[in-house]
Amino acid sequence: MPSLLSQNLPALQVVLPLVAAPLCLFLRLPRLAWLFALAVSGAAFAVSIALIVLVQQNGAFSYDMGGWAAPWGIEYVIDPLDSVMLCLVTGIATLVLMYAGPSVEAEIPRRQIPVFYVLFLLCLTGLLGMVATGDVFNLFVFLEISSLSTYALVAMGRDPRAQTSAYRYLILGSLGATFYVIGIGLLYMMTGTLNMEDLARRIPEVAETRTISVAIAFLAVGLALKLALFPLHKWLPGAYTHAPSVVTAFLAATATKVAIYVLVRIFFTVLGPIEAFQTLPATVSETQLVGVLAILAMMSGSAVAVFQYNLKRLFAYSSIAQVGYMMLGISMVSVTGMTGGLVHMVNHAMMKGTVFMALGAVILRVGSPDIRRLDGVGYRMPVTMAAFVLAAFSLIGVPGTVGFISKLYLVRGAIEGGHWIMVAAVLASSLLAVIYVWRVLEVAYFRSRPAGAAPVREAPLVMLAPMWVLALANVYFGLETTYTVGLTEAAADYILNYVPGEGPTWEHPLFEDPHGHGDGHGTGHGAGHAPEQDAHAPGVDP
Amino acid sequence: MFETVLGLYNYWIVIVLMMAGFYTVIARGNLAKKVIGLNIFQTSVFLMYITMGAVEGGTAPIVSEEATVYSNPLPSVLILTAIVVGVATTAVGLALVVRIREAFGTLEEDEVLALEHRMDRGA
Repeated sequence: MPSLLSQNLPALQVVLPLVAAPLCLFLRLPRLAWLFALAVSGAAFAVSIALIVLVQQNGAFSYDMGGWAAPWGIEYVIDPLDSVMLCLVTGIATLVLMYAGPSVEAEIPRRQIPVFYVLFLLCLTGLLGMVATGDVFNLFVFLEISSLSTYALVAMGRDPRAQTSAYRYLILGSLGATFYVIGIGLLYMMTGTLNMEDLARRIPEVAETRTISVAIAFLAVGLALKLALFPLHKWLPGAYTHAPSVVTAFLAATATKVAIYVLVRIFFTVLGPIEAFQTLPATVSETQLVGVLAILAMMSGSAVAVFQYNLKRLFAYSSIAQVGYMMLGISMVSVTGMTGGLVHMVNHAMMKGTVFMALGAVILRVGSPDIRRLDGVGYRMPVTMAAFVLAAFSLIGVPGTVGFISKLYLVRGAIEGGHWIMVAAVLASSLLAVIYVWRVLEVAYFRSRPAGAAPVREAPLVMLAPMWVLALANVYFGLETTYTVGLTEAAADYILNYVPGEGPTWEHPLFEDPHGHGDGHGTGHGAGHAPEQDAHAPGVDP
Repeated sequence: MFETVLGLYNYWIVIVLMMAGFYTVIARGNLAKKVIGLNIFQTSVFLMYITMGAVEGGTAPIVSEEATVYSNPLPSVLILTAIVVGVATTAVGLALVVRIREAFGTLEEDEVLALEHRMDRGA
């Protein structure tokens, strides 16, 4: 690989879909826009593979956007966790886009199809940017790019309830993002920097202040809203149920995962040195709090799912429970637990990707995801439903599937930490999963096709192929865990033992006094004008 | 006491605006008013950033003979970006409000909820 290309890969990862997105608008033919978006996301996937290889060889590395050195300019950092997330997001995006063609043509008015792909690529840009960036404010910008395009994508659903779901998602999502901005504003007040590594370096000096405590609270609530942690999950079921099938498959597999990634990034690297996650200044420490919320999410999500008729809504509630599993692993703050949480992020993307793709195919052919209209669908669409069955077994955690691997690590982590309630919760929630999955299987396979129902064809091959790739990935990575567990274990180890680097050598041309920075940054005092010292070195920020 | 109330009046304005906006988002039943409340909430954050960058007696950060104290330009620049994001959010929100009004014929949250419930049962 030419070195010029490999040096610029982190930027390319994000810029590629960003630049390509508006071009879709000029491709008036729906099929052309589809193939173009697919090609772009395939290229982004190739870039992410190259990044994984680079990180494996050389460890974490950074990229100065526009050539401005790190604490002044915006930095992109690719570490082991980032590379896994980038690969996950682009991989899912590519498969979902391959699947999208027929489904989008059926569910979205022809005139709007190019716009759909514009929004899809913008959403992808936002998610990739959130993962790649090393700057907390830049992260907010990408968060909003992905969120705003997601609201529009959800609103493209055919049902009028798609509008109200998108509206609720917009209100809660914007509140969450604004809470996040308040949080980083308070951090900036005390430290005078927005670079993640620089923040991690400077925060211990000011850790004991009330401003930092308030910042931590705002960040925690804002991100919990974004990742749909119980009880801040109210936007999720509606958005997943009424969005177009393709959007549901993409969101369920990526959006909440990236939000969880951001939480891990902020709390374990930026705020890692002061152990913000372990000791939130409250009567309950946050570890316990997050653990308790995770357990409640697992139980309530699965329990509510049991009673749903609309299958998309059923699996949306199941997603809330799965977010609970991931947060449960993270709340253990041990390498095994964190590995469990992170590997479940990857594994859950495979399961829910397959499930929602299969449901999309059912909607395309049968017209409705209502369980009362799906009698005998297992015989009417055998290939689709077989993929669904694999993913559903994985969701329960049957040995030989990825779901088993995640639960194995979660339970091991819980036993290591002595959290017996968590072990019980994982098992109980899995039993509830058996019930809701069984309801679907019973209708699909143990009831005969209603008499007089119109014959139903199998879904087209372009939809079946990516669905089966993901379904088989559920089995393959359930047996061969070198890549998933290996990569996430390395990532968990890196995150939990994160130590910020030495920091830049202060030979920047704009700093004449090499010791000036010691006074210039970091010694913020209270609520007032902490960053004022920056003013003595005007123009340091591009 | 006097100092905390009047000396930090800029932060009190931020807090009052923030809570007013937040309350509007939560408590108002009208969907359009919720979007406006969200906008006020975001505006308070813009003010918070700008006020923390300002230095008493500071000038614009342009190097000159007379000026010795400069305001920090970075928060203002950040907020330019956030304002754009805020405008986009409000635009998307209001566009959704228009389409909800077209589909449901009302903007009152409880009426929309009732209609949705009827649809949920019908489906």
